[in-house]
This record gives sequence, C-alpha cells and structure tokens, in this order.
Amino acid sequence: MSTSTTPHTPFLSIRNLAKNFGAFRALHDIDLDIHRGEFVCFLGPSGCGKTTLLRAVAGLDQQDSGTIHMGGRDVSHASPSERDFGIVFQSYALFPNLTVADNVGYGLVNRRRSRDEIARRVNELLTLVGLPDQGKKYPVQLSGGQQQRVALARALATSPELLLLDEPLSALDAKVRERLRDEMRSLQQRLGVTTIMVTHDQEEALAMADRIVVMRDGAVEQVGSPEEIYRRPATPFVADFVGHMTFMDAIVTGPGKVRVDELDLVVANAAPFAVGTPVRLAMRPEEVRTRGIGADTPNRFEATIGDLAFLGSFCRAHLEPTGSRATRIAADFSTNAMRDLGIIPGQVRAVAFPPEALHVFAGDGR
Amino acid sequence: MSDLAQPLPMAETSMKVSPVRISERHVAGALILTLCAVLVLIIALPLWALLSKSLEDTQGKFVGFANFVSYATTPSLFYSLLNSLLVACVTTAIVVPLAFLYAYALRRSCIPAKGVFYAAAMIPVFAPSLLSGLALIYLFGNQGILKSMMMGASLYGPVGIIAAEVLYCFPHAMLILVTALALSDGRLREAADAMGTTRRRIFRTITLPGARYGVISATFVVFTLVITDFGIPKVIGGQFSVLATDAYRQVVGQQNFPMGAVVGIILLVPAVLAFFVDRVVQRRQSAMLSARAVPYVPRPERRRDLALLGFVSLSALAIVGPYAIAFWGSFVKYWPYNLSLTLGNYDFSTVEPDGWGPYRNSLLLASLTAVIGTALIFTGAYLIEKVKLFPRLRAFAQFLAMLPMAVPGLVLGLGYVFFYNAGWNPLGFLYGTLAILVINTVAHFYTVGHITALTSLKQLDGEFESVSASLKVPFWSTFRRVTAPICLPAILDIAVYVFVNALTTVSAVIFLYGADTKLASIAIVHMDEAGAMASAAGMASVIMVTAIAVKLLHVGLDQLVFGRLQQWRQR
Repeated sequence: MSTSTTPHTPFLSIRNLAKNFGAFRALHDIDLDIHRGEFVCFLGPSGCGKTTLLRAVAGLDQQDSGTIHMGGRDVSHASPSERDFGIVFQSYALFPNLTVADNVGYGLVNRRRSRDEIARRVNELLTLVGLPDQGKKYPVQLSGGQQQRVALARALATSPELLLLDEPLSALDAKVRERLRDEMRSLQQRLGVTTIMVTHDQEEALAMADRIVVMRDGAVEQVGSPEEIYRRPATPFVADFVGHMTFMDAIVTGPGKVRVDELDLVVANAAPFAVGTPVRLAMRPEEVRTRGIGADTPNRFEATIGDLAFLGSFCRAHLEPTGSRATRIAADFSTNAMRDLGIIPGQVRAVAFPPEALHVFAGDGR
Repeated sequence: MSDLAQPLPMAETSMKVSPVRISERHVAGALILTLCAVLVLIIALPLWALLSKSLEDTQGKFVGFANFVSYATTPSLFYSLLNSLLVACVTTAIVVPLAFLYAYALRRSCIPAKGVFYAAAMIPVFAPSLLSGLALIYLFGNQGILKSMMMGASLYGPVGIIAAEVLYCFPHAMLILVTALALSDGRLREAADAMGTTRRRIFRTITLPGARYGVISATFVVFTLVITDFGIPKVIGGQFSVLATDAYRQVVGQQNFPMGAVVGIILLVPAVLAFFVDRVVQRRQSAMLSARAVPYVPRPERRRDLALLGFVSLSALAIVGPYAIAFWGSFVKYWPYNLSLTLGNYDFSTVEPDGWGPYRNSLLLASLTAVIGTALIFTGAYLIEKVKLFPRLRAFAQFLAMLPMAVPGLVLGLGYVFFYNAGWNPLGFLYGTLAILVINTVAHFYTVGHITALTSLKQLDGEFESVSASLKVPFWSTFRRVTAPICLPAILDIAVYVFVNALTTVSAVIFLYGADTKLASIAIVHMDEAGAMASAAGMASVIMVTAIAVKLLHVGLDQLVFGRLQQWRQR
C-alpha cells in the first residue's frame, strides 16, 4: 500500500476548497492531501460533489475559494492546460473522426515531435493497453471496453503526473467492468502514476483504491484505506453507503454495554457515551454468527428466521429476536452454512453478535 | 493489457509541456468580444436606429410618439394596416388547414411518391416571392388564359395577393407541420386502437393535440410572412396598399424616413410576437415526447389513402402549375396572343440597362454571403456553445444571434438605411456597395443558421474541449481537427440555406442596393414595373432554376460527405 511509501510533502494538496452553484453548496471545507503514486477514489452518491471536486482539480470548473497545490506549485487559478494531468471521462470523449492512433497521438502532435517519434510512442501506448493492432480503426468500430482503453492510452500519452478518471467504468457491462478494473489497477501500479478516480460504485472503490475519500453533500465524510472504510466507518452514512448495514436504536447502559429493546449487548469499541444516551448500533449482516455458539458466547440470543432471499453464494435472512418484535436484523448465511445447519424460515436459532463487530454512533446522527 | 517488463519512463522531460505561447483565455476573450461587436454592428445598431428614427421628425428632432399619432390619424396609412391584417388573416386561415392536411398525408398515410409530393410543395421556397404573383397574372390577370374563371372580378388587389401568398407560404407551413406530425408516440395510437377507439376520436384526442404546437407555430409564421412580404403586393396588389408597400413608398418614394420607421415598427410587432410564441411552443413540444417514445408507422387504409392522394395531387398541381406556367410564359413571344416560343425575353438588356448584370450580382452576393455568413455563423455558434469562458458576453452574443428571427427583412432593411446612411456614421461609405448587401443578408438569415449550428454542436460530446485542454491542445486546433469536420453536414446545410435565401430575397436589399449592385430580385420588380412581364418571369425563373440546382448539388454532396469522406460514421 502506497501510504507506506509516503514522501513528506504530498503531491496534491487541497485546502478549504468551496464551490457553489447558485444557492447549492456543491463543495465546502474540502481539505485533502494525495501522495505521489497513490490511487485515490472519490466515492459517494450522485450529487455529493465528487465530480465537481475532480473537475476543480483539473481546472475545468474553478472553485469559488480555497487553494490547490500540485507538485508544490500553486495551481488554484491555473487553466486546465497549465496543469499537468490526463483525464478519462465516462463517455470517453474519443474524437470520432480520428483513428485510434490519431486519438492517442492527439496531444503529441503540437509538441514538435517528429512523425516517427509520435508513431513509436503511440504504438508503445497501444501495446501498453493491449490494443497493439487497432491503430487504424475508428472509435465507432471498437467495443466499449476497447474505447475505454484508447481513452486511457490518450490520457497517458503525454506522461502526465496525475491521471484523473471520471466514472471510467460505469458505461460498461458488469463482466468487462470487472476485468478492466483489475487491468487498470495493475497498470497504475506499474506506471506509478498518481491517480484519482471518481465512482459511485463502492465495490469498485474497495477493489481499486489505496485510499477512499467518501463524500456526502459537498463535504468529505471519511478518508481511509478500503479496509478502514469498511471495518471502521466513521459515520452512519459511510457505514450505510459502503457495504450493507443493519441499524438498531439502543441505549447506553454502562461502559461497553448497550440495550436494544430487551437485549443487553456488549460492545468492544467502547464509545464515549454517557449512561442513558440514546445511540445507534450498526452491524454488518455477514458478521451475525450462528455456528459454534456456546453458553458463554457474548451477545448470544434466540431469534426466529424470517424471510430468506437467495442471492447466489449466500442467503440474506431477516432475524426477529425472540421477545422483540420491533427489531429486524439482516444476517448473511453462506450457502454452505444454509445446507450444513438446515436453516429454514420460521426456525428459532441461537445467534450472536461479536462485540467487535458492533459499531456505536450518536443517536441523532444519520 | 500487455505486460511490459519495464514501466514506461514517466518523466520524459522532452515530452513535457512546452510553455503556452499565447494564452487561450486571451484568444477566446478577443474572439468573443469580436463576435459581440460584429453582431452589435450588423443587428443591434440598425434596429436601434430604426427605433430612434421613429421618434424623430424629418429634421431629426425628437418628437416622441407624434409620428405614431399622425400615422393613426392619416386614413390612407391606417387603411393599409387594416388591409394587411385582412390579407394576413385570410391567407393564414387558408394555408394552415391545407398545409396540415398535406403534411398529414405525408406523415400519417401510405400514399405513394411521398418524396415527389414533398419536393413539389417546396418549389416556392426556391423562387422570389413575387414569382407566384407573376404566375397568377399569367393565369388570371388581364391577359390571363383563365381570366374567364374570375367572373369579372379583378385579380389585382386582395384576391390576387391572398392567392399568391397562399402559394408562397404553403411550404413554410408544411415544413413546420411535417416536423410536428413526425413527433408522435406510436404507442398512444396502439393503446387507442386496443381500446377500440374510433378513427375520428383518435384524430380529435391524439393526432390534433399532438400537433397542436406545430399548428400554433405555423399560424404565427404564416401570418408574419404575409404581413411583412413586399414582393407579392408590389406585383399584384394594384391600388390595394399594405404595410410593406407603404414602407417602401414612404422611404424610397417620399423620403419620409420617420414615417417609414413607424411602419417598420408596426411590422415588427407581429414578428416579435411570433418569435416568442415559437420559443414557448418549442420548449413545450420537446417536453412532450419522451426518449422512449416509439415513432408511429402508418398502416395502409385504402379509402383514406385514396382520398388523401387525391387531395395531395391536386394541391401539388396547384403549386407546381402556376410556377410551370410562369416558366413557360417567360419563353412565350406575346402572351396570350402569340404562344410561339422565343429566347428573346431572356435578352434582358432590352428592359434592364445592365442586361444579365443583376443575375451576376445576385450570384456573387449569394456566394459571398454563403461563405462569409457560414463562417461567421458557425464560428460564432462554436464560441457561444463550446468556449466556457466569459459567460455574460456569450449570453449577450446568443441574444443578438436570436434577434434577427424576430425582425422581418423589410424592417432590417429600413434599419440599415437609417443606420448606414446617417451622416455621422463613419461606416457610411458602405452604403450602396456590395459589402452592405452581404452584411445585411448575413444578418437577415443569421438565426436559422445559428440554430442549425447550435443543434449540431450540442450533439457533440461536451468533453472534447476538456480533453483537449488536458492534452494542452488549444481549442482552435480542436475546432479545426475535430469539431468542424464532424459538423460538416450542418455547415453545408447553413451555406445552402443562406445561399438560396440570398438569391431570392427582395425585402431588405431593396433599400440598400446601388447603381452597380442591383440584384436579380430587384431587377424583377423593376421589369414588372416597366411592364416587361415576360422578362421579369424569365429572371425569376433563372433564379429559381439556380436555387434548385444548388439544392440538388447539396443533396448529392451530402451523400458524398456521409458516404466517402466520413467513413468514421460507419461501423
């Protein structure tokens, strides 16, 4: 992970960035450092400001206030052509009237390079993205995945220090998307080019990024490695947006102790809440345990299996804890477990919440 | 992706940014400023001159609305207004239903030879408006071969004007209605059929409401065309005066500029109204059709199709017939007494001192206007649509570019007289030159070309400019290498539209031509005034044939462009 190779000064440094569209606060209070060679994802629902932030970094949309430093240089008010980046858009924006080779070489032509040099560089790039013999074709003759690679080659042609990707995979089929995801990641690691990708797909962000910037309503909600974001979400929003999460209303009953309806639970991440404070408890469905539960297993209780949804490699069940009608808890059971344990709807089983898998958030937070 | 053993050298310094020599920002700013200045000069200032002139007396002193008062209290002038309204209302009431039925037949029935009927209805677009007047005179005038059908009534007056205007306006209304009827969701029809709805009810509840906005738009367009048309009342109006001929008489005949300006402003009212109605209608219409609508495909219905075929054939004959008669008449020795053919009428030097000169002038004007106008219009639209700098200036330019649509040619021509003929204007030297005719014609037909250009630019990916900026390619390179080549078909459309209109227009240029720059369309007016009707018809026919030839060339070129030169469009 490149956070381990962090140099002292970040490559890209954003301070106090804000932008409004009329009365709409598209971005506010954005502070962010990105290090050389990092792959960073801006993740969030549509309208959260992730694309606006990317375009501000590129200089395509000027911020209202705040600064951006790139490679130690203040580029806050520089035009796009005065910054050093390559960009791939969701639509790819390939020039339809130019061949693939001309598209890739588009940025090289007016740099006083000889025809041969350009041709060599274009070949090199097309080979790099796995399209060595497609140079003579027009974009319309390529598949979506191939077009995406051409756009990537074009963005890399001028050897930019920063690569910006604006939802580069979302126009593709699920299968192609998954393959290109891995290819882009390994290419980025080989080239070591600092990369920012905007996406609304949390799976994509988890699979590709060194660090994820989760955004919401124009502000940064949490920054962290994929594992941090998934395992230790800082807010209920992050917990809900990344992966699946069951929320329960609870009351703090003591240090490391909470109560949901009639259930007394122990939590490992002792949160700084006073006794009697209402809190929100959150738990991932795959953390609900149903195997190997003994009498001394913490947070053990009986629950009725509600409806079951078959989702391929696992089943999602809705559990109703005995004696508590209000709370329904989602639990994922692998197909293995389903078969071994003979889980069927209506059954009453012992289940348990591992204390370290329970997240406690302030009661009013959402 | 392939496995390169070595990563590419990323910081290859010679590949790095060469310092940007001229700032793109400055170039863009200069270009947008220039565009605004040009549009102000060719559109805004002449209109301002017209407005201020209407508030002055003949000595140039400010008199408020005195001219308007004296206009309203002068019976002869006021009657022209009533005459104009009468003619415009009757023509509209005739043209719109006919054009609707014609368009309905082309879009919603299974009649054969739709292309031929479409082309036949378009004929009037390619001729000066007054050719339809001449044609009717050949048929029903004092020496007309069908004069008996008039049963003693005179063609010269409202009857002739209305008949000729119907011919002239028909294609304009039909074009709008064909478009409106093309926008229809076939699933609505299917749903109605599935519920067993009668055909009459389908027409009343689905077809008509769907085309409602088209009908409104066509109504206003026809009304405006008629009320501002100059050629037809001039040729066939006799003693029946209308607003447009009044304006001409006041300015050219009596040199009463303020009163001419007043008439111009009155002419401006319906046109401006039509413009705003059209804007509203366009917005509604585009909202009506969802992206998932399925186009309606008509199914044959014998009785309906036969009835419509009959109607369309008769209409097409009624449109093409008069033009054919006028064309024939231009070759006839002495209509209607000696019908033997001659080329004598095409020896224009007997009636026009400059002979074929006006035709050459018209060709030169049309070519120059097409080249200069298309370049200005397309570049202007590009700056407005694609350069994201200076939003206020671009909005201002957009406003000016849309303005000519609301200004009838006659009014624009008057504005040019007042502005470029003013003693204080350093640009006064342009007056009477070919240059001012080109400038005026570009301004006159600016908006339609502008909209065509905008439409085609909006279809391009919005990120081309962003990609270019990231690759440090200046926007003008992308304009040259990508934008303009992709928009080539639209550019051709604009050029041909401007060319054809420059060839046929009379209304604006009649105030502006000089001794050496008389145009064919103006020569026709003069020949007709001098009683040389056959030569007038001849000159008009030459223009019509030229315009049609250019249009056919365009169709051919379009196929070439799409087929051979733009291979990248095909998979």
